[in-house]
Amino acid sequence: MQSQILHFPAKEAMIIGQQTGDRTISNRLADTADSLQGAAERSNALDSGHRACQGCGEALGARHAIDTALDTTDGELVVVNATGCLEVFSTPYPQSAWRTPWIHSLFGNAAAVASGVAQSFRIQGKENVRVIAQGGDGGTTDIGMGCLSGMFERNEDVLYICYNNEAYMNTGVQRSSQTPGAARTATTMPVGEHPGNRFGTGKSVPKIAMAHGIPYVATANIANPRDLEAKVRKAMSIRGARYIEVFVPCPLGWGTASCDTIKVARQALNCGLTPLYEAEYGEITAVNKIAPSETVGAYLKSQRRFAHVFKRGNEHQLEAIQAIADANIRAFDLVESK
Amino acid sequence: MLKQIDGSYAVGEAVALCRPQVVSCYPITPQTHIVESLGKLVKSGELADCSFMNMESEFGAMSACIGSSAAGSRTYTATSSQGMLFMSEAVYNASGMGLPIVMTVGNRAVGSPINIWNDHSDAMSVRDAGWIQLFVENNQQAIDVHIQAFRLAESLGLPVMVNMDGFILTHAYVRVDMPEQEQVDKFLPVFKPFQKLDPQSPITMGALVGPEAFTEVRMLAHSRMERALELIPAQAEEFANIFGRNAGGLVQKHYDDETGVEAETVLVTMGSVIGTAKEVITEMREMGESVNAVTLRTYRPFPAQALREAVIGAKRVVVLEKSFTPGMGGIVYQDVLAALNGTGIEVQSVIAGLGGRPVTRKSIRTLFAGCDERSNGHGFEVLDLDNTTMDRELAREASVLDRII
Repeated sequence: MQSQILHFPAKEAMIIGQQTGDRTISNRLADTADSLQGAAERSNALDSGHRACQGCGEALGARHAIDTALDTTDGELVVVNATGCLEVFSTPYPQSAWRTPWIHSLFGNAAAVASGVAQSFRIQGKENVRVIAQGGDGGTTDIGMGCLSGMFERNEDVLYICYNNEAYMNTGVQRSSQTPGAARTATTMPVGEHPGNRFGTGKSVPKIAMAHGIPYVATANIANPRDLEAKVRKAMSIRGARYIEVFVPCPLGWGTASCDTIKVARQALNCGLTPLYEAEYGEITAVNKIAPSETVGAYLKSQRRFAHVFKRGNEHQLEAIQAIADANIRAFDLVESK
Repeated sequence: MLKQIDGSYAVGEAVALCRPQVVSCYPITPQTHIVESLGKLVKSGELADCSFMNMESEFGAMSACIGSSAAGSRTYTATSSQGMLFMSEAVYNASGMGLPIVMTVGNRAVGSPINIWNDHSDAMSVRDAGWIQLFVENNQQAIDVHIQAFRLAESLGLPVMVNMDGFILTHAYVRVDMPEQEQVDKFLPVFKPFQKLDPQSPITMGALVGPEAFTEVRMLAHSRMERALELIPAQAEEFANIFGRNAGGLVQKHYDDETGVEAETVLVTMGSVIGTAKEVITEMREMGESVNAVTLRTYRPFPAQALREAVIGAKRVVVLEKSFTPGMGGIVYQDVLAALNGTGIEVQSVIAGLGGRPVTRKSIRTLFAGCDERSNGHGFEVLDLDNTTMDRELAREASVLDRII
């Protein structure tokens, strides 16, 4: 399968240093910076003082992603934001936490607005100005899906970043198409015969993006910020439509301790539930191997949204989620062979 | 240059003369020929330095306009009917952010039942969106008003909607005088946005505004609308000086009465229906009847003062409109009633032309014939209503609904 538009060949970009040292986030105490976040002179796209909850995975993901993009573009960057937590907590009038030109329009149209911004700069001859659209899973994979698919299919020169925390958190934790089976949300309460969210077929938007044959697709996880940074860097080295989905825990919505955001994200990564991979023009080009040091049970146990899974009679739910992790491990060949 | 040309293509050419930088497109009858013509002009290179975007929906089309305009490009799109409803969330957003987008609306009914023909329901569905809404009565005006629309939008920082009746104007091949590029360039300067997304000077657009400032933001939007009431006539005059044609301003009074002697009955309309109405009114005036007509070329902001000045001295005003709100009646009528409150002028409401039903000379004569029977200030009359069908269907409905009670 080939993309219809191949005007923008993916440039080579190395992903380095992704496994060592990732247990320290934004470590500015180290003698030498081994990532942008470790560098004292980093740009700080999303400034301090914004109103995200303690331990917000999305805020962390957005800062790492946009800082990297600012670095790669030498500041020639415009950010389009979908409605959602990230928008609300960063821009309560008359304040803004963004140190970059930034526009919020609506919940479901970030991809189309970004398409317009990109075309506008192209026609003005300012192709050095790059465009990022970003949103949560609700704004991206549900209500924004039509505009997102259009942006992909037209191969607009936009990087779309989805911060996936698996529910509509801004409106008070309702189910989205990314909410996993059994998870408690305000609209999938853990009551009745099948507590929590029903097990549907799932909806992998990275795979949907790949089906459009766009130049670059990647998944990332906030537990591995260097990997996220490298993937944003690579995405910014490419022209055309690109998509990165970042797994970002939500302490409020998941019922986890604010201090455990990275820990929970790492558990998800290491049990096989959130495979990290890259794809170019519809073909997977790289997969991050895992050492399955965590069990699905341990990952679920650290979150209140799955508490009912451990009650007697709900064993099948735990088994069903384990089966998803096992399927991922098989499909992506996630485990390092010894 | 004189041309015999389809209304949509005429608008496409007029828009091209305005040198748009981004045109976003999504097909919907009856505006589709407009964006088709622009697509061809861009592809052939006749309209240079323009990005033509084939979008995935009207919602996407207006959203792309928002991004494009916010990034500082002159931006245009067109829609109709269901398309307007589908993009309406973005329509409100564009005006809220003060983006000077110009959009043509090939006015069409809104379903269900699905109907592709002309009335003003689509424009009325976004009446309160904060867009300037202009209505044209013929294809020459459609051309001229589009050129003024870009100038108006960009001098105010507000989006402008140019409404032209679907099919009746969009699909009519008539002779028009297409302006020269030099004339348009003289009238319409290069777009210089008040603010834009610019890495050299970063701004945040579309912030969250709470109760502490939302009311003030809305009042600022209203104040821009009030400025439009000043700007529209001023720019119309400037346009007339350059192009040698008057394309109307806020309201247009169609017949000059002797000084101090106002017509007894004044018909108030919007859009193309005045063409037919004038044929009847001219006849009636020749027969010595005391009638006149005023069209609202500007609907939002509502030109209340200009309308009062145009009809003052009349005994009654009859509002003939192609829009209707079930449970209330005429929509334009309510605006006119409010504008004429306290003048002592009787205001009557007449609905016609819904879903493309032709408004004929006969209908207009019926309208004038009924002036003495219509009630004052409330109620409405529907022209050319099929009473046989209504009676039959009302009886059928009663047989079902009465049983439920």
